[in-house]
Amino acid sequence: MSTIEKIETTVNPEPKIISSEKGSELTGSQAVLEALIVEGVDTVFGYPGGAIMPIYDALYDYHDKLKHILVRHEQGGIHAAQGFARSSGKTGVVFATSGPGATNLVTGLADAMIDSTPLVAITGQVFAHLLGTDAFQETDVVNITTPVTKWNYQVTDATEIPAVLAKAFYIAGSGRPGPVLIDITKNAQMQKFSYEGYKKCNHVRSYRPKPIVRKEYIEEAAKLINEAEKPFVIFGQGVILGRAEKEFKVFIEKAGIPSAWTILGLSALPTDHPLNVGMLGMHGNYGPNVMTNECDVLIAVGMRFDDRVTGRLDKYAKQAKVIHLDIDPSEIDKNVKATVGVWGDCKETLPLLTKAVEAKVYPQWLEKFRACDAEENKEVIFEELHPSTEKLTMGEVIRNLNELTDGNAIIVTDVGQHQMVACRYAKFNQSKSNITSGGLGTMGFALPAAIGAKFGAQDRTVVAIIGDGGIQMTIQELGTIMQTGINVKIMILNNEFLGMVRQWQQLFNDRRYSFVDIASPDYVMVAKGYGIEGQKVTQRDNLKQALQTMLEHKGSYLLEVMVGKENNVFPMVPQGCSVSEVRLK
Amino acid sequence: MRQEFTITVYTENHIGLLVRIATMFSRRKINIESLNTSPSEAEGIHRFTIVINETEEVVRKLARQIEKQVEVLKAYYNTNDEIVWQELALYKVPTDEIAEKVKVERLLREYGARAVVIRKDYTIFETSGHREETEKLVEVLAPYGLIEFVRSARVAIIKDSKGFHEKLKEFDDAEPGEEQIENEFLDKQDEVFTM
Repeated sequence: MSTIEKIETTVNPEPKIISSEKGSELTGSQAVLEALIVEGVDTVFGYPGGAIMPIYDALYDYHDKLKHILVRHEQGGIHAAQGFARSSGKTGVVFATSGPGATNLVTGLADAMIDSTPLVAITGQVFAHLLGTDAFQETDVVNITTPVTKWNYQVTDATEIPAVLAKAFYIAGSGRPGPVLIDITKNAQMQKFSYEGYKKCNHVRSYRPKPIVRKEYIEEAAKLINEAEKPFVIFGQGVILGRAEKEFKVFIEKAGIPSAWTILGLSALPTDHPLNVGMLGMHGNYGPNVMTNECDVLIAVGMRFDDRVTGRLDKYAKQAKVIHLDIDPSEIDKNVKATVGVWGDCKETLPLLTKAVEAKVYPQWLEKFRACDAEENKEVIFEELHPSTEKLTMGEVIRNLNELTDGNAIIVTDVGQHQMVACRYAKFNQSKSNITSGGLGTMGFALPAAIGAKFGAQDRTVVAIIGDGGIQMTIQELGTIMQTGINVKIMILNNEFLGMVRQWQQLFNDRRYSFVDIASPDYVMVAKGYGIEGQKVTQRDNLKQALQTMLEHKGSYLLEVMVGKENNVFPMVPQGCSVSEVRLK
Repeated sequence: MRQEFTITVYTENHIGLLVRIATMFSRRKINIESLNTSPSEAEGIHRFTIVINETEEVVRKLARQIEKQVEVLKAYYNTNDEIVWQELALYKVPTDEIAEKVKVERLLREYGARAVVIRKDYTIFETSGHREETEKLVEVLAPYGLIEFVRSARVAIIKDSKGFHEKLKEFDDAEPGEEQIENEFLDKQDEVFTM
């Protein structure tokens, strides 16, 4: 079996040259593509269909400027756009047709909404005169997607297109980013109009992307930090979205404060940084969870106190004064009452705070985290990474992977046990390297997101780590890999169970394993059918070599690793418990 | 403690915004007691008046979530003693009943009602006031064959408001935004980017 070869997509041998000069006559579809080009978009994920055909027809003349990736399902398309956005820091773009094409985007929109991913989704819609008549493939997409978009709009006239798309890109990418959906009726796509050029948008009067920083809050926050004896920083994706990794590092280094991350904040600070004390939340590290309820000042940076992070709220950090830095004012006091709320972009607030805090170290306080680490290492980590069991563990797979990538790969995870294990143990040296579905917990996210992530960061190794449940939700995207020839490493950690649900059933439902024993196809054979090389590993002796083969392989590769069936992820903060009640077994 | 709150939302006048605002309530399973949409004192700015029964904490968070919506300029919430409000009610009764059995004049005076339409077969009264007041008249008219009754949503003016421009400026001073300058554009719809 030869390695995967890129199948050449048909290209238009004689693309028309489209003039985008002011005053030239363009169709609505051409105006859409001109907008994308001015916005710096070079890659679009999508799937054609009746109502978006005019845009696809126009695309035929633009293939030298816009790369279109044909996915196998619209959900795959939007997850790929998410992966692209997360690895590149740019706005992801996805095309879909009306009706089922558009409704297939909903999961991805919801995912992007809760994880603040900048996206512009463009959907075709039936002719304007057919709206509301239950026309073929007509769905009220704007109303369906209202709760899962930052903004959405239906275009029925081509002249609106440049301004609407400018607004869409501005809203998607500014402030707290999010998904925007633009629904364009077929007549508007076809309509010719006099093109007046594309003007980027930088102001919408009813919209404030970021509040102005108030000096007095910075001062109050700095005062609390300077007086603290046991300060603790917890950070989230806001640091990455604000492109403030450097500012963040400078801040914690000067203030000497131990810092823990949410899974979306992971990779904003190198894993082996001396002040990085680990992961927060339900399956986070022991120290960060316990110390949350022992610190005297809790400094939250760009995170939103998700229930998976806080556990029981009325027993969360009650002893601490809370400083909350966030760009979204509605997040402050939403779940945890802040003593000082610092509104603003952390790219601006962190340097101000750094200036105002005293340079300090807290060796005794840090030692407490280290003591917790030692205990967690003894009870959980050592056995997970160096198991004495015959069966492989997920942790040792990640450990071996770390040794080969040295923390330089982009790791894309799906949802479940493997996700928690990967986040806990994967090593990261640089930002935008951990891509996962955090808030929504979308199984099936990883494979398409990894494809998108690779398109967004082509010089980097992308490893998708997926469970045997999640891979079967979007396995059709292997076809996208086949056709584009993109190089994505796919690692399936197969425990022959829907592992996380099984773990809960074991711990809380008296081992009543209700519908969690999921069967798998022969993944290596499936991959082969798509022209993707692969192998299956069941023995420890073969693991490292197999990982090496996967990483060194020219092109995509699928590695299935059979791991212990009934392994559990620990530590664990059981639902409804306080973070200080975190269980080690 | 749950109590009646009136939320006043200043928005762009765009299709679909009603759904966006309504879902803020429905996704939290909060019933909207009354909802009114109308123009406001600022040209091109729409005003929603929404009444709900909730705790102050819930209403405060809700107002922030509403304000977060791209097309919403501001959301305020007030207790009943911070506002002046009215509801309009219409009553349709058979004219002969009224003429024979009730002293119309007394009725009108007592309830501040006035006749909008008087026909041979029916008469329509109109009154405005608080809910208890408009409801009282329903009780009074019921024995005389009330044919139809309808009441409007609440409209409310915030006592302590110097109008939207001033209020917005106050907010800007307290919570400055990057586009503070946007106030200057409020009445110049054509010169700003709106969609």
